[in-house]
Amino acid sequence: MLGFINTLKRFFKEVGAVTNFTYKFFSQSFRRPIEWKETLHQCYTIGIQSLFLVTATGFIMGAVLSLQLRPTMLRFGAISYMPDMISVAFIREIGPVLTALICAGKIGSGIGAELGSMKVTEQIDAMEVSGTNPFKFLVVSRVWACIIMLPLLVIAADIVGLLGSYLIESSKGQISFTLYFNRVFGVLVLGDLIPATIKSFFFGLVIGIIGCYKGYYSDKGTVGVGKAANMAVVITSLLLFVVDFIAVLVADIFYVI
Amino acid sequence: MNKDLSIDIKDNQGHFAPLIEIKGLKKSFGPKEVLKGFNLQLFTKENVVIVGKSGSGKSVLIKCLVRLMEIDEGEIVVLGKRIPDLNREELDHIRTEVGFLFQGSALYDSMTVRENLRFPLRRHPERKLGKDEDALILEVLKSVGLADAINLMPSELSGGMKRRVALARTLILKPKIILYDEPTTGLDPITANEIIQLMLKIQIDLNTASLIITHDMDCARVISNRMIILQDGINYAEGTYSELSKSKDPKVKAFFKEVQIRTNE
Repeated sequence: MLGFINTLKRFFKEVGAVTNFTYKFFSQSFRRPIEWKETLHQCYTIGIQSLFLVTATGFIMGAVLSLQLRPTMLRFGAISYMPDMISVAFIREIGPVLTALICAGKIGSGIGAELGSMKVTEQIDAMEVSGTNPFKFLVVSRVWACIIMLPLLVIAADIVGLLGSYLIESSKGQISFTLYFNRVFGVLVLGDLIPATIKSFFFGLVIGIIGCYKGYYSDKGTVGVGKAANMAVVITSLLLFVVDFIAVLVADIFYVI
Repeated sequence: MNKDLSIDIKDNQGHFAPLIEIKGLKKSFGPKEVLKGFNLQLFTKENVVIVGKSGSGKSVLIKCLVRLMEIDEGEIVVLGKRIPDLNREELDHIRTEVGFLFQGSALYDSMTVRENLRFPLRRHPERKLGKDEDALILEVLKSVGLADAINLMPSELSGGMKRRVALARTLILKPKIILYDEPTTGLDPITANEIIQLMLKIQIDLNTASLIITHDMDCARVISNRMIILQDGINYAEGTYSELSKSKDPKVKAFFKEVQIRTNE
């Protein structure tokens, strides 16, 4: 019982610390000097260097989804609805969540390990004593890069995923590129696009904040760095589903899903 | 190098005020009291060496000086400013006047040597004093004998070279005070001696004041104008190297004996 209470205490302490960290991120974001160059550099590192992984996974998921759904849709005589179904599923849920999970693994752990190792080797302290605000340079730039790049990566994953699905549909059935994408765009409404895009921004925020928090406050030593990277992925993955659930609940209020 | 960088701050009575003044500094970590009322004065062009056993609070002390750690009690005045009272902007300004050489060099490992030196300079362009950035970087690297390493990554440098680059990065903002945290630890005797000679050269060229935390008694002997033994959280003994090495105080004698044994090992 005492162990459970202690775990609960630690949990709420951690939640408080992350909330404080997030508040510090927002409060420092708009104070001068703004680290534009570093933010752009991080956008490149986080976005462009994750593009291949995200699109490759998206393509495979689109193709697999089509292959898995085809037999059932055929049985119900609803094969012509395949583009409609795939597009809604991909745009609303699979694209954003899949991309966010991949980025949690690649970006979140990368940020956690990088900042953790900087902390251990006193590079963060060195930045601080050279009269630079390391929080702004390291944390604010990385979190904004995640917030900016995540929705773009989601869009890329969506497009390539739908292409993957189209390739399966066109090889297995008789559907043209124009017809497939006419059906895709015909069925999509703002209620599909807007909540998915908004939640992608929040996914980016979660990945950036947790990765940076775990790295910035990692324990000393190489074990601390490994733990920071690992915990960044674990906590981010869990939080992504929580954010996704909340986003769907909120979207349900504003749009008829 | 600009030799006109020393500052002589005078107090209200016209006496030379210390560049660093610490009074009654206390710092605890949980129940463990590390510093229990430490006092220090560092004057212009002075090299003060602080020695003490591992865990005696030497590194904590210099981290408190630049507010990498908050103090519990006491007063720290650097260049006439009370450090605990400064806001972020004022603190950043003071930090540009106080160079800090970290024990592990703390070079930014994702940047080349040039970028490591450019980093503080870009954030404090007023410290370029109208000079061209690249010329300044090269000049400082030449002063530590590493002009050829300008495009190398930190991972390509040896321990001694890393320490020199870290020193160059410290010097690029032309600080008035330099804090050294174990500058020769982990280096072979020849490289350690090179670093000591470099520290002496820097002090002569730039007229800086230095506060050196070390275990290395050779370093302390060569470089110190004054030595402080930090023991039990206070400045237990103070004097020149020769005064302290001849001290009859049992704790000071025991300290020198212990260091001697460790050096021989």
